[in-house]
Amino acid sequence: MKKLILAIFLVNFLVGCASNKPKEEAAAPVSNAAAAADTSAADAQAAADAQAATEAQAARQAVADEMAALQSRNSVYFPFDVDAVQAADRDTILQHAQFLAAHPSVTVRVAGNADERGSSEYNLALGQRRAENTKRALVLGGADAMQIETISFGEEKPRCSDHNEACWSQNRRADINYNAQ
Amino acid sequence: MIVRWIVLSLLLLAAPARAELNIEITGAGEHQTPLSLVRFGGDPLIAHSLLEVVGGDLARTGLFRLVDPAGRLPHSVSEVRSVEWEGTETLLLGSIEEVDGGQLAVRFSLFDVVRNAELMAQVVTAKRGHLRAIAHRIADLVYERLTGSPGVFSTRIVYVNRDRDGFRLVVADSDGYGEQSLLTSKEPIMSPAWSPDGRQIAYVSFERHRAMVYVQSIDSAQRRLLAEFPGSNSAPVWSPDGTRLALVLTRDGSSNLYLVGRDGQGLRRITRGSQIDTEPAFTADGQNLLFTSDRGGSPQIYRLSLADETVTRLTFESGSTFSPRVAPDGKGFVFSLFKEGLFYIAVQDFDSAQTQILTGGGWEKKPSFAPNGKMILFATEINGRGILSTVSSDGRVKQKMVAQRGDIREPMWGPFPK
Repeated sequence: MKKLILAIFLVNFLVGCASNKPKEEAAAPVSNAAAAADTSAADAQAAADAQAATEAQAARQAVADEMAALQSRNSVYFPFDVDAVQAADRDTILQHAQFLAAHPSVTVRVAGNADERGSSEYNLALGQRRAENTKRALVLGGADAMQIETISFGEEKPRCSDHNEACWSQNRRADINYNAQ
Repeated sequence: MIVRWIVLSLLLLAAPARAELNIEITGAGEHQTPLSLVRFGGDPLIAHSLLEVVGGDLARTGLFRLVDPAGRLPHSVSEVRSVEWEGTETLLLGSIEEVDGGQLAVRFSLFDVVRNAELMAQVVTAKRGHLRAIAHRIADLVYERLTGSPGVFSTRIVYVNRDRDGFRLVVADSDGYGEQSLLTSKEPIMSPAWSPDGRQIAYVSFERHRAMVYVQSIDSAQRRLLAEFPGSNSAPVWSPDGTRLALVLTRDGSSNLYLVGRDGQGLRRITRGSQIDTEPAFTADGQNLLFTSDRGGSPQIYRLSLADETVTRLTFESGSTFSPRVAPDGKGFVFSLFKEGLFYIAVQDFDSAQTQILTGGGWEKKPSFAPNGKMILFATEINGRGILSTVSSDGRVKQKMVAQRGDIREPMWGPFPK
């Protein structure tokens, strides 16, 4: 997980630097003409650097955007007392798996959950199996097992707390989290 | 069937937090002993408070019918005229004396007015601030003298309180008073379990973002991590001799049972395979584990011999069964049965393999026996809120204990005080 925190930190850090740099340059005083030639050479270099930084930033931004988009559709759902990933979630799994395969330094934490129909400990175990099976599906889709940590919240963190199927179906899920701490 | 409804509103007397708890009792024992609690001599305010707690304790068992003494106030056996007490069988009477400043000495007698004989005479002494403890002790002694089983009014329970601020691990008296928070966390707390000496609680906390097992001393608040393997670490339970714990780890893939020394050393894997095995509970002799497993399809309860690791299926219900706990006499176990959308509390006898459902059904989970085996504590729900409930082990007497805030979950009844 440290790797992911570091990766996010670096992305934010570089984005911050790149956006600050032009302001600093604009504020730099130009003292005399003798310095002008040097300045223009330096300007060219700076422009090239800025161009490279902008491109790198754009690339990182694209990755961050893609990650955010994946994070916004990061749940797969399960029938009652079932821990096998369902065909309906095939596209979701493949999108995450392909992203992870393309970005081997990115790690995720898969958290399994269960509805309240069972004991809390059985549901913790069921949630863990849902997370494990989700991980397996991601690995089959191209992700590396080392990129994926699995945990379970069982029935402890319900998304919805009414005693009905509409609620329970929301709680029987595994979430693929990129921003886990 | 005669159903009695008694609603007792017991106000906290001596403990620092003035929480209020409503206790609702339904049902009655097969035989109810008529009992009169005569206001003790001494400070009338203290005497009133004392008998309120004693009366509440005894009434909750459903085994006694409290008969109003109608103004008669004998404070010693010599003042009792049995002929005046038609309609009752037994009197509790006594007096309260203040000794050495803050100490109270409570002298009491139990008197059988049918046989005109004193059944017991005792003195209980404690600090004035411990009035509830004195009352529970008296109720224990009265209960034992009249039923033959030790009382459990001086024992404690542990549970998890969940509200919008997060989770609290709480130890309280068996009547729900005297709450003591052991841990407060934004993240879930699960599965508290008592050490056999009643001094430590093992539990699951998600404070490091996944389930890990901690052991915490009740009095010193010292705690340590017992299990922090990858995946989930959960379902801790102490062996009867207190030397080791059984728990569940997923570090090797699926949920399997393990044993570990109380110092965290000597981890031993007990079950293998890709099924779910969880909720271990030692049998009274410490030689077997009951546990929940879905190895047969639906979750059911199994028994595993620690000597040769052979496994026997115990429950064959059409629904699912969870959360086994062995009775203190070792003859059977209690569990939660999920059937047609409802959870019930049920018991099964080891020899006959007969199952008896004790409750009417609802969100009834996590049962555990009182240390005298006469009552079962479990979590249920009323108006959408998690509450504590008890049922007598014959299913006749039920009570609900409604706290003022939050949901109560995951209760476990503690051992006799040592």
